Amino acid sequence: MTITFRNETFRDDFTFRNSLTNIRRFPFPFDRDEYMYSVNMEPHVRGRQDSVFENLIDVDEHYVAEMQDRAMVLKEDPLRCQALPHMMAAQWDTLELLMEHQAQDYPEHFTLEKNGDRWRWINRPLGIDDTFTFGDPATLPYPPMEYITRQAQGDFCIVDQRDNNLWMDAGMVTTQADWSLDFDIGMNFMEWHGPVPLAHQIGVFDRALKFLLNLQQGKPTRRLNWTMTVNPRLDTSPENYHKWGPDRMTVTPENVGQKMHLRVELQSLWRLPRSNAILFVIRCYLISLEELVTVPKWGRRLPRVLASLPPEIADYKGLTRNRPIMIDWLSKYDDGSPTSAGIYPD
Amino acid sequence: MLVQGIKSRPEYKGLDIDPNAKRHLFVLEGEGATALTDQVEAKGRDFLDRSEILYLAGGAAPKAYDAVLTALSPDVFWQAPTLQPLLFRLRACLEQARMGTRLYIAGTEGFIGQVMQVALEFGIDFNSIHTEHRGSTARRVQCVHCKGITDNVTTSPFACTHCGLPLLVRDHYSRRLGAFQGVNIDAEEPGTAPAPEEMFP
Repeated sequence: MTITFRNETFRDDFTFRNSLTNIRRFPFPFDRDEYMYSVNMEPHVRGRQDSVFENLIDVDEHYVAEMQDRAMVLKEDPLRCQALPHMMAAQWDTLELLMEHQAQDYPEHFTLEKNGDRWRWINRPLGIDDTFTFGDPATLPYPPMEYITRQAQGDFCIVDQRDNNLWMDAGMVTTQADWSLDFDIGMNFMEWHGPVPLAHQIGVFDRALKFLLNLQQGKPTRRLNWTMTVNPRLDTSPENYHKWGPDRMTVTPENVGQKMHLRVELQSLWRLPRSNAILFVIRCYLISLEELVTVPKWGRRLPRVLASLPPEIADYKGLTRNRPIMIDWLSKYDDGSPTSAGIYPD
Repeated sequence: MLVQGIKSRPEYKGLDIDPNAKRHLFVLEGEGATALTDQVEAKGRDFLDRSEILYLAGGAAPKAYDAVLTALSPDVFWQAPTLQPLLFRLRACLEQARMGTRLYIAGTEGFIGQVMQVALEFGIDFNSIHTEHRGSTARRVQCVHCKGITDNVTTSPFACTHCGLPLLVRDHYSRRLGAFQGVNIDAEEPGTAPAPEEMFP
């Protein structure tokens, strides 16, 4: 199926919107009426049609606009893309994985031709047609990870595995929920999760690390994470917090439906074949509250989740200031009826 | 005492002389001198003739620890006037270091971090370095916005010495940068930063 790519922005005039079809395929992260941290991982296998799980590397109507926004972020701050020197094999692994999946699942938009080490990559939405030698960085206009992640939606971290730990040793991070690659690069799993409240104490990270150390090639895994963002802004980096932080003061009972967005990360983790590193894809989906309540089940459930959130989590996710306004506005859509289990619309 | 429980901060487990090392390289700052003299009291003087001490007196100059360290008669004692020449000399030492050399660092956290950065450049595994915190609990902080580093931060919030933004000092430490993370505290409502509070004396 040919995707019609939207012409839209994630900054300044914020013209980002979801089409009606795209709303229905939004990965709503709450499978019940409350939320707590957990090791909510499941096999990353193909899911239902017309959901974001249909293909393992999802491309949607926001593809072109997201890639344009990424290019702008990198012009302002090249440190959003970094790789430590020992990560070159993992960079090529990443390029191969993303090219193969995009070409296989979206043949109208992407083509990969392999002739031994000589590869030709065609990306029609972005007007790219490059021939290069796999394994030779000099034949690409950017290092391999940067090259392909300028052409793939989501943030990407490549974590190296050694000493029974995972190390954040490379990444392309321009759509992050308030964490800094430049600060965290080189850290191990426990270190980069250091600032997360509550989860360390209940053992979430110990179990998650143990699980990931045993991740097998060909058996990727996934989880959903979420926060909320004022305006459909992809670049909510700590680097620019002094620029987007004031947005949080602009929310009123009148505009909360348009301004406040649920921000969901579909995180998928892939063992890479040559390097034995793990590719960590953090794909960000945005939906305004107004768009979200067009699905009645989600409109009922979200106010219940927000009302029952422990204050530490609300604080860490930056929700404290606007939580009452959101709950008030959303409560109109909660008639008190029970909600069905699972995340999908009824 | 340093605040406990910060996952990304290295553990400073103590100098703890390695009896098997063929050579001991001590890089000490201010009160860090006493971490070594405590070891001599506990473990004896045997290791001193295989030891090289690089010392920066810093704020502890009036206490004349340099005289105490000299009196230990190590193989080499060398004193730096400031941090920059100390790190220059350290690089020279590490260039020439042989198998069996053990590196020890003691002093304030910002000092340990910066010496550690040089050691990491030379490919030394951070787990193999013996460290001990002594002296002030002041923090070295990187502004996440302009990336400028401010040394000896004792309050939170504090004004970034580079871009001027009032920064909250987060309990999040980068070994690679040898610094804590500073994030603008009044980003949502500029001008509402609380008064600085002495947090890291």
